[in-house]
Amino acid sequence: MSTRTSPARDYIFFAIFSVAVLTMPIWLEPIGAGYPDLLQKFAIFGLFATGFNILFGLTGYLSFGHAAFLGVGSYTAVWTFKLLGMNPIPAVIMAIIASGIFALAIGYVSLRRSGIYFSILTLAFAQMSYNLAYSVLTPITNGETGLRVLRSDPRLFDGNGGQEGPLIANLFGVEMTGWGGFYFCAIILLIGFFIAQRIFRSPFGIMLRAVKTNQNRMTYTGLNPRPYTLAAFVISGMYAGLAGALMCITDPLAGAERMQWTASGEVVLMTILGGAGTLLGPIFGAALIKYFENIFSAFNEQTLHEIFSFLPDFIEGPVISVAGLFVGEGWHLTLGVLFMLIVIFLPGGLMEGVSRIGKLFKRSSGKSEPNRATAPAE
Amino acid sequence: MSLIRKPLNRRSILRAGALGGAALATPTIFTSRAWSAGYLNEPTGAEVVLGFNVPQTGAYADEGADELRAYQLAVKHLNGEGDGGLLNTFSSKELQGNGVNGKKVAFVTGDTQTKSDAARASAKRMIEKDGAIMITGGSSSGVAIAVQSLCQEAGVIFMAGLTHSNDTTGKDKRKNGFRHFFNTEMSGAALAPVLKNNYGTDRKAYHLTADYTWGWSQEESIKKYTEGMGWETTAAVRTPLGAGDFSQYITPVLNSGADVLVLNHYGKDMVNSLTQAVQFGLRDKQVNGKDFVIVVPLYSRLMAQGAGENVKGIFGSTNWHWSLQDEGSKAFVKSFGQEYGFPPSQAAHTCYVQTLLYADAAQRAGTFDPCAIAAALEGFEFDGMGNGPTLYRAEDHQCFKDVLVVKGKENPSSQFDLLEVVEITPRSQVEYPADLLGGELGACNNGA
Repeated sequence: MSTRTSPARDYIFFAIFSVAVLTMPIWLEPIGAGYPDLLQKFAIFGLFATGFNILFGLTGYLSFGHAAFLGVGSYTAVWTFKLLGMNPIPAVIMAIIASGIFALAIGYVSLRRSGIYFSILTLAFAQMSYNLAYSVLTPITNGETGLRVLRSDPRLFDGNGGQEGPLIANLFGVEMTGWGGFYFCAIILLIGFFIAQRIFRSPFGIMLRAVKTNQNRMTYTGLNPRPYTLAAFVISGMYAGLAGALMCITDPLAGAERMQWTASGEVVLMTILGGAGTLLGPIFGAALIKYFENIFSAFNEQTLHEIFSFLPDFIEGPVISVAGLFVGEGWHLTLGVLFMLIVIFLPGGLMEGVSRIGKLFKRSSGKSEPNRATAPAE
Repeated sequence: MSLIRKPLNRRSILRAGALGGAALATPTIFTSRAWSAGYLNEPTGAEVVLGFNVPQTGAYADEGADELRAYQLAVKHLNGEGDGGLLNTFSSKELQGNGVNGKKVAFVTGDTQTKSDAARASAKRMIEKDGAIMITGGSSSGVAIAVQSLCQEAGVIFMAGLTHSNDTTGKDKRKNGFRHFFNTEMSGAALAPVLKNNYGTDRKAYHLTADYTWGWSQEESIKKYTEGMGWETTAAVRTPLGAGDFSQYITPVLNSGADVLVLNHYGKDMVNSLTQAVQFGLRDKQVNGKDFVIVVPLYSRLMAQGAGENVKGIFGSTNWHWSLQDEGSKAFVKSFGQEYGFPPSQAAHTCYVQTLLYADAAQRAGTFDPCAIAAALEGFEFDGMGNGPTLYRAEDHQCFKDVLVVKGKENPSSQFDLLEVVEITPRSQVEYPADLLGGELGACNNGA
């Protein structure tokens, strides 16, 4: 993060970011990502990672259980749909409240420890929540099958049952699937991003950084870090809950697998891949991972044939069989390689790459900046 | 952040304002479907795109791989490549092997990961990005039900692949969703008489059940029919999907006093649980003066292959088996074998048939409009697809056909010849009234 910040610069930055987010359908079209479902995922996971980054990027506390909050947000949102109606606004509010309370409870216990012990505690809590959702709490969560809105649900505000038409979230007549859903998620992402930006710049944010830099020193100066870390934990839990709610708003179904530890790991990957502690990094990371998951996994031999059709046949065969390992069901492999390359060569994530390129173009003479390579996680 | 170095001035504000305005105006271009077609993803070019959404990873990956092979074969046959397969034996002769409605059939694939979320994301990609007019696949009922409701909301047809839960065409049925595969109700009805003949009416059963819609459904159906003939159910224990290790669930079986173990598992789960049950020596035990037996209500050749020796003598039911000797089955086994070098599984069969049935319905309707295709499929009677005369019942979009009761072969002649057909239960014996399983189809949605 650059030290040369000013409110004006922040606002310009935010304006440009907003334009970039809202025009994603146009400039992502050429790479095959310009369709609503994926763009919704970009926005939702961008928000999830942004929230995670408030905890991990600022305080350095690595939570391995953030998917639990995502799940709580999802279930709350679907229950709000079931009980109150298909309007997304109550769902969003209820999900934020529920995940906030849940985060407060888990954070209160987990934050008694730091470092690896904290990570393990959060992982344990998340795994417990997953198992609860998967089997014990089946009446509430519908287990493996997933919780859905049914026609027979009470839905107080938009009338019971009778009406025809699909059961999808509906913001005063705008259906929350397709592009409507994307713009809704994008606007929430912008609000979330703005709040994150404010937190990064606020005295509270500086306190959080102090926790990361040297917690002992902070305690010696007579400051108690616990309230700050707990607040950061709850805020990031709320972001996760909000992201969970958005997942259900664009697609009213909540499944337990959302809470699995792999989902918690995914958000850690997103943040590190993009650059922990930077504002934009986690959003880049989230978009990159979701892009791989959705586009690379869909490549099959047919597609590869089209791509490499310019090669002569005897080269094309081997090239396709090698490339085939990295696409389709092998997309994890590609992602793994990419993750390794980034962690080894750009420890600060994609954002470090961006700033290195920026420096090349800046041609600043004289004093070189001190190496600001972000410390790797733990 | 540090990329922007200009101070805030009048010009930059104006520029940002103009860009922002343009950005806010863009949605209207996308949201207005004014000039679009009469229904979602109407094919306008020379191709029609189908979406094949199968598990490529997870507990049902083997089935998924076989399904994908079948889909690719079906597309070949529809486009007139290969030997035409079941098109030659199919009772409806509308399809000529020149595509469907004059359009070449193309396809896109996706990985459901045996997870509802991933499956829906993948199906959405196919619908929104690739313009798929029909989605098919799924090797798990949970996934099939989730994708079916997605297709209903989006307005495309869903042709269910391997999904055996009653709910797919029961409680969770949808107007846009169709299933060729049989269900647990039929399994129960077909299996019970065979179990009665072989194991008698005085048995105590212990269920291990995969903990999701299909497992629950199968447990309920098997309980219903076995209790109907006098069996007792000692306990029914739910196990997580994809557990891998079932030893902790199998140990209590020994002390429960049960003499039958019913494994409501499928795919790799069944392979693991059955193998472990055999390793624990359950089948060598004598309980209540009777030999301890294991029943696997839903069988497939792929699973039998995975479990190897352990399947010998174990009863189960299946939708189709490659050793059947009718014209349709022979034709399908032949063209599948020529293409891939081994016989197809029941998952492959149902997926292949579903693709053909969809194409045929589109051809008969003369359009790809989901509502017209649904109407063409409802109440459709056909034959020559390997299951004998079959009806697509209009009330619940479920196919009714004969059900096979099979047994693990004692002396397999090859690595594929693992199951023998004990009985072909006639269609009349497995039929049930449409309102038995509840649910409501709702109205057809073509996405317009």
